[in-house]
Parts: sequence; structure tokens; C-alpha cells
Amino acid sequence: MMDFGFKLSKSATIDLDRAGTERYEKLCALSPDARTCMACGSCSATCTAASFSGMSVRKVILGLQRGQDVRPLLSACMLCGKCTLVCPRGINTRRLILNLSKSYD
Amino acid sequence: MKENVVIIGGGIAGMEAARQLLLLGYTPIIVEKKDHLGGHVARWHKLFPDMAPAGDLVRRLSEAISEANIFLETRITSINRLSNGYVVMLSNGVSIPCRAVLGASGFRLFDASKKEEYGYGVYNHVITNSDLEAWFNGAEDPRIVADPKAVGFVHCVGSRDLKAGNSQCSKVCCMTAVKQAIELKERFPDARIYCFYMDLRLFGKKYEDFYINAQQEYGIQFIRGRVSEVGETAEERLQVKAEDTLSGKPLKVQLDLLVLMSGMVCNPEVAEFARTIRLDVDSDGFLKSLDNVGGINRSNQPGFFYAGACTGTKTVPETLAEARAAALDIHRYLLGK
Repeated sequence: MMDFGFKLSKSATIDLDRAGTERYEKLCALSPDARTCMACGSCSATCTAASFSGMSVRKVILGLQRGQDVRPLLSACMLCGKCTLVCPRGINTRRLILNLSKSYD
Repeated sequence: MKENVVIIGGGIAGMEAARQLLLLGYTPIIVEKKDHLGGHVARWHKLFPDMAPAGDLVRRLSEAISEANIFLETRITSINRLSNGYVVMLSNGVSIPCRAVLGASGFRLFDASKKEEYGYGVYNHVITNSDLEAWFNGAEDPRIVADPKAVGFVHCVGSRDLKAGNSQCSKVCCMTAVKQAIELKERFPDARIYCFYMDLRLFGKKYEDFYINAQQEYGIQFIRGRVSEVGETAEERLQVKAEDTLSGKPLKVQLDLLVLMSGMVCNPEVAEFARTIRLDVDSDGFLKSLDNVGGINRSNQPGFFYAGACTGTKTVPETLAEARAAALDIHRYLLGK
């Protein structure tokens, strides 16, 4: 087929009606404190893996709320727990990551 | 004979000031344009943070001022300066000489239909915070469907909006949205509820607790981004677009009800009237206090005082505290101290 140089781009729009949030809801059942994230970014700022990998607990929670696959982020986590120390809402982020990782097994 | 003090406005500011002035031995005269006392609060259902019925507050204040002179459905036609006070002329022909006047004319709720992109008055399922309170109070509202699956709240409607002519933060709406989101979730436990906000300004006592509770216990989702436009689907559901600024991506969702958090704005009629007696009007259109730290209750004219939202956006407890302060300030002024 002749290539006219046109292509279809995938929409970047988040469609909340189609965003499957089952994994997020399952996570909240195990780690109810996940719901209290206020996206302050303390976790990402202190994360030892963040500057090399883009790891961010904030983005993990947000991604789940938007129905995205967050495994690429998770794989960089070393479970050091620094994020847990700085979270102002007292979210047990380390346990959250563990619970989430198990859900992908 | 007891001395008259004219109070312009029979909302909670005017009522609380009247109560204090009665205790101090004056005769407060409330002039109210509507046919009832209590102003906006009389329309409200429950007040944060204790969720006490708004009607109870208005009732308590009404009972406490039974000895005040109250003119309902009455407007002020003019106020004339005398060497030692004012003469206030009313639409019912009464004229009242007095040495002190309290301005307690309050605010206006922003007319949400001015933000056409949100579809208030255009689509069937768009209401305001005030409409929702009326519905909580038992009013029928065909715009609220029996079993909504998804509901959205839009913060900052007409506030922090230079294009709408209002630079100010209306300050109570963040907390009102959180409160109303919780109240709706209690009535519709299966509905997904979203709050679209720019910043969450939850400054007051216990407000932050409400926020955490809304997230944790009620699963209300807060999406940082201002709704840009609202449309309607063939099924008469609302199609809402915003940017999810935390993801950096556009976002859309279909809703069965959209609640617009109309902000507190100035009343242009009051500003116009104030200029006729050389009262200063502030850049936001509200009446200008003598200073915004120690003299909020005072105007630039001797004998003319303020209480409540006529000088800017206020919460209910702030309004009541200002009304008490204004009554004492008037007392001090009339004693010549």
C-alpha cells in the first residue's frame, strides 16, 4: 500500500469511564491509606531510585486511579522505605508497593 | 430613650450585631430587602465543620432579637450625612436619624450561567452549590436523577477568575465542596464522586479532617484541573473535559450530575450606593475596610461600620465574630471614646 505519510495517533486522553480501577480498589482493600495520598510529591523527592528511573509512589497511585499499568515504575523500587519516612499523611508506602507487586504476580 | 443604630441587611451579620446591641442597651433597626431574615444561611442545610443545621442558627438569632425593630421587604432609598450622624430614608417612607450605621449587606452568589462553558441553565443536570443545599433541605429538583452513577464538583466557579471580574478566592467553596461531596455520597453510596480543583484551600478548623475523611472513608476522588468545557451526550449525560494536571494529560468523564461551586462575589448595587455617601470601595468591588488587620469593622467615614461579607468573603463563624466586634466598636464610638 502506498505510504501517504499520514498516521493515526493514539489518543492521550484519560477516559475515566473506561479506566479500569479494579487493581486500585483491590489495593485500597489491602492498603486503605492509599486513598489519602494528596500528591505532595515528598515520596518522589526522597526516592533513591527516582532520579535514575522515574520511580514515584505518587505517580504509582495516580496511575492506578487512572487505570494505567504501573509495573514499569514498580520495577525500579528497592523497597528501601525512605518514602514511608517522609509521607506527611503517614501512608505505609513500602507496604503499599509490596501489596501492589503481589497483585501483579 | 434608647439610641437607634441602623443595620443594613438582615443576614446573620446584621442579626448577631443586633443581638449584641440590644444587650448593650441600644435599639437596633434592621433593614432587610427580602421577606425573611437569615440571608444566604437561611437557605443552607448544614454548616461545617459540626454539621449543625443552618436553620437552628437562624432561629436562635431570630429569637434573640425579638425586641429589635425589623423592616422586611424594605430598601434604603438614601442616606444623608448630618454634622453628627446620618438620616437613613427607607422605601416605606420612614426616616431614621442615628449616630451610627452598620453595613451588613453581605455578598452575592456568582451567577453560574455567566460561565457558559459549564452549561448551567443549558444542560439538564448542572446545578449550583446553592441548588444542592436547597435540595438537601427538601426542595424538589428534577435535575438530580434518582440514581446517579457519577457526580462531579467544580471548584472556583466565578472565583479566582479575572475574566469573570473576580480576582478573589471565595474561600468557603473548597470546604463546601468536600462537605457536599460527602453528603451526596451518603445519599448515593454507589456513585463515583469527583472534585475538580485548582488548589484545595482547606484552612479552617477541622477542614483538613473532612478532606482526609472524604478520601479515606468516602472514596471521593480529587482531580487537580479546572473543567474546561461541558457537553451533553445523546443519552443526556454530561461529558466533562479537564486537564488532569498531575498526569499532564487531558481527561474526560461522563457524569449524571455536575455541581458548580459558585463563589461569593460583591454586590455592585451596594458599591454604587456606597459611593453616594463617599464610602470607599475596594479593588475587588467589596466595601473597603479602614484597614484589613485592626480595622476591618471600620469604614473611612465616622459612624459607619461594617460586619460580615460586605467587606469580602467570610465564613459563618468569622461573620458572627465580626458582628460582635462591630457592636462593641459602635458602643465605643457612641460613648465618644
